[in-house]
This record gives sequence, C-alpha cells and structure tokens, in this order.
Amino acid sequence: MSQPRMGFFTDTSVCIGCKACEVACKEWNRVPDDGFNLLGLSYDNTGNLGANTWRHVAFIEQPKPAGEEPGGARGDLRWLMSSDVCKHCTEAGCLDVCPTGALFRTEFGTVVVQEDICNGCGYCVPACPFGVIDRRESDGKAWKCTLCYDRIGEGQTPACAQACPTASIQFGPLEELRERAHGRVEELVAAGVPDARLYGDDPADGVGGAGAMFLLLDEPEVYGLPPDPVVPTRALGSMWRHAAAAAAVFAGLGVTTFAGRRR
Amino acid sequence: MKRGEQTMVPRASFSSYYGRPVLKKPVWRELDIAGYFFTGGIAAGSALLAAGADLTDRPTLRRNSRLTTVAALGVSAAALVHDLGVPTRFHHMLRVLKPTSPMSVGSWFLTVFAAPASVTAVAELPGLLPRGLRAPLAAVARPAGLAAAAVAPAIATYTAVLVSDTAVPAWHAAHRELPFVFAGSALAGSAGLSLMTTPLRENAPVARMAVVGAVLELAASQRMERRLGFVGEPYRDGSAGRKLRASKVLTAVGAATALLGRRRRPAALAAGVALVAASALTRFGVFEAGVASAEDPAYVVSPQRERLEAARAGAVDNVSK
Ligand code: SF4
Repeated sequence: MSQPRMGFFTDTSVCIGCKACEVACKEWNRVPDDGFNLLGLSYDNTGNLGANTWRHVAFIEQPKPAGEEPGGARGDLRWLMSSDVCKHCTEAGCLDVCPTGALFRTEFGTVVVQEDICNGCGYCVPACPFGVIDRRESDGKAWKCTLCYDRIGEGQTPACAQACPTASIQFGPLEELRERAHGRVEELVAAGVPDARLYGDDPADGVGGAGAMFLLLDEPEVYGLPPDPVVPTRALGSMWRHAAAAAAVFAGLGVTTFAGRRR
Repeated sequence: MKRGEQTMVPRASFSSYYGRPVLKKPVWRELDIAGYFFTGGIAAGSALLAAGADLTDRPTLRRNSRLTTVAALGVSAAALVHDLGVPTRFHHMLRVLKPTSPMSVGSWFLTVFAAPASVTAVAELPGLLPRGLRAPLAAVARPAGLAAAAVAPAIATYTAVLVSDTAVPAWHAAHRELPFVFAGSALAGSAGLSLMTTPLRENAPVARMAVVGAVLELAASQRMERRLGFVGEPYRDGSAGRKLRASKVLTAVGAATALLGRRRRPAALAAGVALVAASALTRFGVFEAGVASAEDPAYVVSPQRERLEAARAGAVDNVSK
C-alpha cells in the first residue's frame, strides 16, 4: 500500500493556549530561542512563525460573548486561541521557487528543507503566501516546520500533536483529517457556534489545499492568516510571457538603434 | 467592475492580528539585490551595445562596452554571492535547473551569458594574452559577442519575473509591466554609462538607445502605477516613491540631454550621469516598494478579502438567476 499523505488538523475551538506545542517543537527539533520578549499582545510573546518558531499560538481578545456559561450567565469577552504552523501546501510557493532543490516534497506529502543543501538565498521567504518560512540569522539558512519528518518516519506522532493536552492539534492521514474536520464544524454549528469554519481544507483553494488545516472561529485575518492566499507560481506562465515580450522589445530596440546609417 | 479599476479599500476596514505583517518581508539586502538588478541591467545593455558596435565598426564603443559588460557582471556576481546566507555554497545554485524557480533559471542565464561575454572582454586586452592565443581569440570574439547579445534580453528582464514570483503584493501584482520597466531601465542605464565613456564620433546609436530606453521605462511605469490601484500605493509613498519620482525626472532629463547634446562632451557626460543614476533609483525604488507592501498587512488582506467578497457575490448572483 502506498504511503498516504499526512497532515495536521488544528481545531482551535478546543485550544487552551498552553503553548505546550511551541515548547515540545522547540525541544524536539532543537530550535534556538527567539529571545525572551514581552510583546504586550495578550498572552502572545512569540509574535509570529519564523525560522526559530515552528508552532505559534495566537491569542485574540474580543468584546463578544463566547456563548452560554455554566451558571446561565453570558460572558462579554471571548478569547480566541490558535496554534499556527506551516501549511505544507499542495502547491507550495517556497518549494516552487527554491533554486537549489533544498526544499523537497517528502513521501508523506510534506514540505521539508534539507539544511545541508540550502545556501540561504532567501527566495522561499517572500514566496510563502502565509509568511511562514524565514532565514535564520545565526546560520543563514532557511528553516520551518518539518512536520517532524524524523518522528513520522518512525511511525511516531509529531512533537506538537503529541504534547497537545486537548487534542486541538491532530495528526494523521489527510483524507481522514478532512472528514473529521468537516464533521467537527457541523457539530459546532449545530451546537450554536455559527462562526465555526474551516481554513485550508479545500483542494480548490489558491494553494491546492493545505496539508495543515484549521478550524477557526472568526475570519482568518483575525488570526494573522491571509484570507485567500494564492501560490505565486500560479501566474508564472503569464510572468514569463510578459518577460519574453519585454525581452523581444529590448532586443528590437537594440537592433534599431544601430540600424540605418552607419556612423 | 472592470479590471484595473480597483475600489479603494479604506485602511480601517480590514482586520489583522494586532496590525502585524501577514507575510515575511524579503531578507535580501537592498544594496546587494537592488544593486544587482541595476548592474545586471547595465551588463545586459552593454552587451547589446558591444555587439552593435562590433557589427557597425565602432571600435572604441565596442571595446568599452565589452569591458563594461564584464565589469558589471563581476559586481553582480559579488553582490549575489555576498547576499547568500551561506556564501560558500554559491555553487549550489547550479545543482539543478528548476523551471519553476526564476532564480534557478536566472542563474543558468547568467552562466550562459558570462562565458561568451568574458571571451569578448579578454579579446579586447590582447596585451594580457600569450602571443599564440591572440589570433584565435580575435577570431571568436565576434561570434561570442553575438552569443552574449542573444542572451542579454533574458538577463535584462528575468529579474522582473524573479521579484514578481513572490507573494509580495506590489511585486506580484506588477508582473505584467515590471519586465518592461526593467528592460527600459537597462537600455537607458547602459546607454548612460556608455555616453560617458564613448567618443562623440561613435555615440550616435548610444544616444538613440538612451532615448528609446527612457521612453520604454517611463511608459511602462506609468501603465503599471495606473493599473495597480491600491496595491500600487507603495510605489508612490515614502522612500520608494521619492526614489521613483527622482528616477522619472532624471530619466526624462537625461534622455532629452542625450538627444540634443550628444555632440558636446559636457552634455553627453551630464546625460550619462543622469541616466545611470535614474536606472539605479528605479531598481532601489521598486525594491523598497515591494518590501513596504509586504510589511503592511493592508496590502495583503484587503485585496484578498475583496476577491473573496466578489467571488461570494458572484456565486449568489448565479444562484438567484
Ligand atoms: S505554508 Fe509557506 S513554508 Fe509552508 S509549505 Fe506553504 S509555502 Fe512553504
């Protein structure tokens, strides 16, 4: 049997913001620290994904009732928490533009950087429509989530999913996760959470569907996610056609400046 | 709504995560990479001038242009290697040829361009060569120069594809016009450099090239800024906007001076300085506009949100029909 594509489903409706995923990821992957900063953004002192942050928990405080509370009272503030990660895109901008072949697609359908090949050209950084991958200052190479390539190769669960105490982060074959995610949204909507929606689950989206999908409780941009990301390489054919036309004009103008009267 | 007339999205109306950027801004150093776009353009335009001069029997223009090509290429290569996170692995660029990566394709363009261009430059310096090599080198110089000139248009324009093939809003959205802006900037800039070094009796085609390059660049920039609407703002704002406005003025003044004053040494020199500066300013301005657009979540979120709303409205229309 061939290896099914593996991925993450992050159900933010049960995230409690403990950051066990951030810590487990750093420990397992030996990711250097980012400095110990106090950002003043609710409980978020990590800020964003980057070369040294492969899981990032976002905290959003909203003046909006979270729903019925146990005593029948309604709170007037709700707290959204979400653990973000590389999307392991079906059409990955980082992988498309990498000139050295350092970024590659694994047998699990994930996207991984080979650190012994990467020469730190930095092209993957602006090519990611989610702002995930970054170049590390200390060694000049590009780094991001590997979906624990080493662990899943041994039949283990990625460190973040393993550490998550509420099963907000789930790991498994993508097809299964997709079904589970759709079931979960229906369940939440039926239970009175009309805001519940999926992000990254649709193979018809701008990146051909993500290998890491999310259940969100508000618009993606509220979590710092792009609402309709499109892999830049989709327009590559058009880009080269325009460049070819410009190149022809360049050559044509060059020839005409010398044509005609000699001297 | 027609293509191109984007509605202006009021800045306050989009949501974000504490106003933080959605994208990572390019990690490229401006001096290295914008600098390379400039010197690469100079190399490409100079190779064209060298071949033209060779075929029309303008020996000084030919020699200067061949040497300029290789000097500009040398600076380009140094900047590109310097910008790498791991410079000692620069040769990993040629490990593979990857059609989906404009940087990979460009690395091969540069390699294919540099080889014949170097032959032509060496042929201009016979004093450095052992006697026995001089005649064969002189014989291959013309075909080598034509080969370099054949690759030059790719060198002048692929860098526009390189920046456009990113999620950076101001670069990606500009992918139709940027190659023309870069092509014009390369023609005008290399002609400018050549106006400074070429004797008056050989500079007629150089002045013509300055003018057509300037017209191409100005027209393409104009068109680009018109079409882009909201995501084009970074090309007008701040430091990028100042550089690009200065570039336009210098391009226009430089081209006019080249046209009218090429027969006088001081005017030719002044025109050259203006055009070279303009070409550099264009590249640095475009670079900075891209970085600014990646840093501001408005340019990422608003157009995507608008696209989603439009698709949703379209879907509703279809259902109600
Ligand atoms: S989210 Fe970004 S870094 Fe991750 S696979 Fe997609 S393009 Fe690459």
